[in-house]
Amino acid sequence: MMTPRIDIAGEGALIVYLGDQVSPKLAATISALLPQIKATLGDALVDLVPSYNSILVQYQPLKTDHFAVRFQLTQLLSQQLNQQSDSGNTRLVKLPVWYSEESGPDLTRLADNAGLSTDNVIELHQQSQYRVYAIGFAPGFAYLGEVDERIAAPRLATPRKKVPTGAVAIADRQTAVYPAPSPGGWNLIGLCPHPMFDKSAQSPMPVAVGDTVQFYAIDKDEFLRLGGKVEAFR
Amino acid sequence: MNQLVIENPGLLSLLTDQGRFGKAHLGLTTGGPMDPFAFNLANALVGNSSNATVIETTLGNLSLKAECDCIIAVTGAVSPVNIDGAGHALWQSHQVKRGQTIELGQPGQGLRNYLAVGGGFNVETEFGSTSTVLRESIGGLRGGKLQQGDKLAVGQSAESARCRALPESAIPDYGAMHPLRLITGYQYQDFTDTSRQRFFASEYKISPQADRMGYRLSGPAIPSGLNSMLSEGIALGAVQVPADGQPIVLLNDRQTIGGYPKLGSVLSLDCASLAQWGPGTRISFKPVSIELAHNLLHLHQARLTRLLRQLEREHD
Repeated sequence: MMTPRIDIAGEGALIVYLGDQVSPKLAATISALLPQIKATLGDALVDLVPSYNSILVQYQPLKTDHFAVRFQLTQLLSQQLNQQSDSGNTRLVKLPVWYSEESGPDLTRLADNAGLSTDNVIELHQQSQYRVYAIGFAPGFAYLGEVDERIAAPRLATPRKKVPTGAVAIADRQTAVYPAPSPGGWNLIGLCPHPMFDKSAQSPMPVAVGDTVQFYAIDKDEFLRLGGKVEAFR
Repeated sequence: MNQLVIENPGLLSLLTDQGRFGKAHLGLTTGGPMDPFAFNLANALVGNSSNATVIETTLGNLSLKAECDCIIAVTGAVSPVNIDGAGHALWQSHQVKRGQTIELGQPGQGLRNYLAVGGGFNVETEFGSTSTVLRESIGGLRGGKLQQGDKLAVGQSAESARCRALPESAIPDYGAMHPLRLITGYQYQDFTDTSRQRFFASEYKISPQADRMGYRLSGPAIPSGLNSMLSEGIALGAVQVPADGQPIVLLNDRQTIGGYPKLGSVLSLDCASLAQWGPGTRISFKPVSIELAHNLLHLHQARLTRLLRQLEREHD
């Protein structure tokens, strides 16, 4: 792993780079650091934005300053590197998916392009355990990686105007569940009935950065029974 | 009912408090007032707490009917304010009687106005804030912009209504142009010397794609030399440069993460200036150190604290 680097991001923000290569181990290191940074910065912390290989640390420049924050982060990082971060010990979240041409309009094309059957694609998508590397783009949108390279697929040349809630999608080696209707250029292979962002719920998202996700197949009846809704794809 | 009713919402009127902080782990951005100084003063002029909910309008044309006696103040862009057709000054609080109509016209200078009411607007918070973010459909009423017929409940005013005015010398001049101060950082070192020099030496024009999310600029292209990078957290004011080399200044409603190279971030005080400038305005950038940035913020805060104390004293 590369030596962590701390760069200036703005008047009240430093960004910590913890590696060059996306890996589950790096994701584990990042999620282990988050509570420690919170505890260390206390009420001078505004927010933390974890991502694939970095953490953006936003602080209140009227309560502290960049020298102090950089010093605190450097100290934390040197302690962290002495510890062996345990990449196996994360929460596993299982999410149901109704895979079909009806619920995933790109499934057949993706399979054809990959020289696989649709059953193969569905199987490969369920086989891997995925890390939550980042959350962003829209509320509740979790970037999961990485899918088996045989089912990796480039984004659509022309994004759809509307991707429905719950759409399970692949872009390159990433996969995700759309938390709400939005435009989108990812390849759609199924629908997940489990809400990914419920603003009225105590915990609005079923996953957090660093968690592990695995998908399992359900049929249309089960999808509907679990509260899934079939919306039109455009 | 203690409420104000929207008769005409204008182009874009949004309910907002200071913003939504600490929710990036859910992918939620901060939102909040594009011109925090004007927002703070609007609340102070009507005796509100610093996080009370106000209306932010872009390009004015807002009208409301008061269904209760109240005190209001409008700050920000140079726009006409009328109460039942009679002109009233900006940066001052005014008594409004039940049945009167408050009209905010189109700004001559600046884009955004803040209308505060004594007691604040009573709005349910979502994720700890009332700030409306249209892209996320969160905050305000229904997560959307204000519409004709919307009824805005007025909170209990903490003190008896008294009118006060900001000293003329403290009113910002939105027509005064100045370079945007940029704290270099992020991928700054990955841009070539030529690109960096060109960026600071050139003039950019604010393009028509300028909104609460970000201001897209047009001018000399700044190629970054970076082909691909991993998405990472975006700070307020970050200047990102997509493949076409045209910089974008990311503002309050920016996405929390993004994968374009960035030169650094514009000082928040200058993000507020930028947010009052419209498409076609010519702007430039100048680099400042993080130390200077911190000093400028402390000076600004000291000045704001002094003004707020002065307004409080005026009330006693």
